[in-house]
Amino acid sequence: MSNHLSQKFEEIVGTGNVLASEVDRHNYAYDAAVLPPQLPALAVRPETPEALGRVVKTCNELGLPLTVRGSGTNLSGGTIPSEGGVVVLTGALNKIIEINEADMYAVVQTGVVTAKFAAEVAKRGLFYPPDPGSQAVSTMGGNVAENAGGLRGLKYGVTKDYVMGMSFYDVDGELVKTGSRTVKCVTGMNLHGLMVGSEGTLGVFNEIILKLVPPPKASKAMMAIFDDLGKASETVAAIIAAKIVPATLEYMDDFTIKTVEDFAHAGLPTDAKALLLIEVDGHPAQVEDEAAEVEAICKRVGATRIQVAKDAVERNKVWEARRAALSALARVRPTTVLEDATVPRSKIPAMVGALEKIAEKYKLTIGTFGHAGDGNLHPTILTDKRDHAEFTRVEAAIDEIFDVALSLGGTLSGEHGIGMAKSKYMVKEVGQGSIMYAKRLKAALDPKNILNPGKITGA
Amino acid sequence: MSEMRQLVGLLKQIDDQLVACMRCGMCQAVCPIYAETGLEGHVARGKIALLECLADEVIKDPAGVKERLDACLLCGSCQANCPSGVKALDIFFKARAFLTGYYGLPPVKRAIFRGLLQNPKLFDTVLGVASKFQGLFTKPVNDMLGSSCARVFSDLIGGRHFAPLADKPLHDVATQRDTPRGHSGLKIAFFYGCVVDKMFPRIGEAVLKVCDHHGVGVFMPHAQACCGIPALSSGDRETFEKLVALNMKVFAESDFDVLVTPCATCTSTIKKIWPLMAEDLPATTRYQVKELSAKVKDVSAFLIQDVGVTPADVAVSGEPVTVTYHDPCHLKKSLGISAEPRALIGCNPRYKLQEMEGADSCCGSGGSFTLQHYDLSKRIGKRKRDNIVATGAAVAATSCPACMLQIGDMLSQAGDTLAIRHPVEIYAETLAGR
Ligand SMILES: Cc1cc2nc3c(=O)[nH]c(=O)nc-3n(C[C@H](O)[C@H](O)[C@H](O)COP(=O)(O)OP(=O)(O)OC[C@H]3O[C@@H](n4cnc5c(N)ncnc54)[C@H](O)[C@@H]3O)c2cc1C
Ligand code: SF4
Ligand code: SF4
Repeated sequence: MSNHLSQKFEEIVGTGNVLASEVDRHNYAYDAAVLPPQLPALAVRPETPEALGRVVKTCNELGLPLTVRGSGTNLSGGTIPSEGGVVVLTGALNKIIEINEADMYAVVQTGVVTAKFAAEVAKRGLFYPPDPGSQAVSTMGGNVAENAGGLRGLKYGVTKDYVMGMSFYDVDGELVKTGSRTVKCVTGMNLHGLMVGSEGTLGVFNEIILKLVPPPKASKAMMAIFDDLGKASETVAAIIAAKIVPATLEYMDDFTIKTVEDFAHAGLPTDAKALLLIEVDGHPAQVEDEAAEVEAICKRVGATRIQVAKDAVERNKVWEARRAALSALARVRPTTVLEDATVPRSKIPAMVGALEKIAEKYKLTIGTFGHAGDGNLHPTILTDKRDHAEFTRVEAAIDEIFDVALSLGGTLSGEHGIGMAKSKYMVKEVGQGSIMYAKRLKAALDPKNILNPGKITGA
Repeated sequence: MSEMRQLVGLLKQIDDQLVACMRCGMCQAVCPIYAETGLEGHVARGKIALLECLADEVIKDPAGVKERLDACLLCGSCQANCPSGVKALDIFFKARAFLTGYYGLPPVKRAIFRGLLQNPKLFDTVLGVASKFQGLFTKPVNDMLGSSCARVFSDLIGGRHFAPLADKPLHDVATQRDTPRGHSGLKIAFFYGCVVDKMFPRIGEAVLKVCDHHGVGVFMPHAQACCGIPALSSGDRETFEKLVALNMKVFAESDFDVLVTPCATCTSTIKKIWPLMAEDLPATTRYQVKELSAKVKDVSAFLIQDVGVTPADVAVSGEPVTVTYHDPCHLKKSLGISAEPRALIGCNPRYKLQEMEGADSCCGSGGSFTLQHYDLSKRIGKRKRDNIVATGAAVAATSCPACMLQIGDMLSQAGDTLAIRHPVEIYAETLAGR
């Protein structure tokens, strides 16, 4: 039967683009989430938009579950296929179709790698701000489907703020166009808005139209060191209250600082209780002003030390320390569970305090870093998934982390998506009504439930 | 079936290394094979996942896993870029050894590794004869040596444009020597490596000339054996261990300060792989291996760091020659050495270094990879060639003779007329007597 299936898809995408061996099936059974893999029947790699549309249509006709896979870096199990389903690879759909300098937009196929796109845009003197930590490998399709954000989210927003329009295939393989190349467009329903964050459950993206902006002319980075957690988060609030929106405002706890320092020898103060990494950007004069003001605020609220980067080299050093955070933590134990519970900025001290208690209660090692400016924290649990007793405690701890985040008025996910990993918590955040609404929407658009079933709202 | 169980048992030995992979996928950004094929099975994450499946016995197809594992340049880019610190190369070498144990070595490789490599004298003789009859014995020679690292006869395979075997190998033009420390106060043991010996003796001569000039004593025995990497990357641990032992016999007891090689691959093999794979050797050998591997150094690093060579005071007339430098993976990614070869080139004022795009991206050689996957290897090599040519350089320099072969092949097939040089050759040109 699976032979027959391969043949059917080979007719659409060509022989070399159907991957059905045992080895290949195992290779498309997992993603970056710490969840059990599930074997698809095969993976297919369309090389043209037409083939992509036909693949979707065929899956629907056969009632085969379909999971689109960009680079499989999502941390929520969004690309773990359904058992026996089809994985659609977007790797060969990787053309940047247009970068329009005059009108400041770009059109891309969904398999384009984020960092490559950002670099092409930069070459033309423009700027595409969303910069997820995975940008060196993540795809634009994955970014849109997860509504990915990055270090610059605070000031520049996240992927959804850049999607002007797109075309996608519905389950029948019909091409649906939404949005436009114009800044203003109210033609028809805002379907591209619906697609952002849909995690492959409502349609299969074909081309995406993205807004570009002028790059900032200048920037300045600094590191503020605190001996008290409360003071660090008060500083965050004070900076925002002073009506300064830094491009980035990152936080690192003491465990993370020590681990990063052991690993990267970046010159971080290992006796600090918390660190803030701050960068302001914009017009040179404004940058000077704001940097000075930020420095003054840090001092006033109680930073023990402030290091302002004097040049590009020092600036890079600051950011290298931040970029090394996950790497450094990941080396401590075999399994790394990276969460992204997010709370209103003012609740960061409460969240951080709760995380400390949770670590203690479940006897776990948790390092926390993240985007303080937008309240998006990455409590990172260091464990070994082979130790079943410990991993059970990890799961309980995760439950509690989300309970706390929600009780503080926060959200389940700041940027990694819901996928399979967090679908069970959804009802706690949005309530039964929303879930039913989403399910009815999906049932109408995807009556056979073939588009990435089981994700977001669960089965 | 019991063999399968044994394989599973062996794989369990590397379980700790396997679970360290958090499947983040960041290795996709740097893997040259993945850049070409885009297949998950061709990137470190995919291979590691398959090995885990094999160890957990949820996959029944070791041949399929082996095939994916073999489609790898062993360039170490994934490891150098892995946030989780996964020791991908250790995993790949060990897994290849296990799988080869399971499947056995193909007869051709068996003949080469066990018959020739393990017997350096015979190896030299066969190649000596072959160099005189290269044109005549195309077919048998190809079959016999097609898969060796030295890839000595690769010029005869599949439309390749490789440098032919040297008329006279290094061990014929330069006699064995054991000269005392001169004014530098330093003495090296010179491990020239198979490819330099048999195809690029001029590099070996340049090393000797530089050492003589700077008063560096040289211990250069001819009984040295291959570093073992071709055998090991084919999974032949037995031959590898024999070769290490042969080299130990020659070098372990001798008096010298640094073991110098002009081959990035030999350097990183001796530095990293020898101690890694020496676990099963007798305790004394293990100890010796550690001592020796601590002493090994790339020739550029030795000249810049230890000898302290500085820009030569030679007359420059006319335009300088433009040279671009390719970072061999085995030097930069494995050992972090990239400044020294450039500094050495910079010591010759007749040359001007022009950096290429992606100087440290793999050239696609990867030992016997190029033999099994010539098409892929060529696609990767073609990018390298384009980047080299885009600099407008007249000379392409690199610190690994295997890269020199690959780059030479690519340039030659494209009809380019660049010269390919080792940094030490470029430096040697500044010395008197030229
Ligand atoms: C080390 C690391 C750091 C990370 N840092 C960040 C971060 O800073 N910010 C952040 O937001 N995320 C981050 N992530 C998570 C992840 O990288 C992002 O969610 C990213 O957008 C996923 O892109 P991808 O191409 O890998 O998509 P995949 O993981 O392949 O897919 C993600 C989802 O998109 C769907 N999808 C993909 N292409 C299409 C398409 N053409 N049509 C319809 N659906 C599609 C898939 O079905 C799936 O549901 C990080 C992950 C890692 C491993
Ligand atoms: S970068 Fe390292 S941890 Fe991440 S998937 Fe690759 S090997 Fe695994
Ligand atoms: S060693 Fe090189 S070719 Fe092999 S998986 Fe790693 S990056 Fe890819």
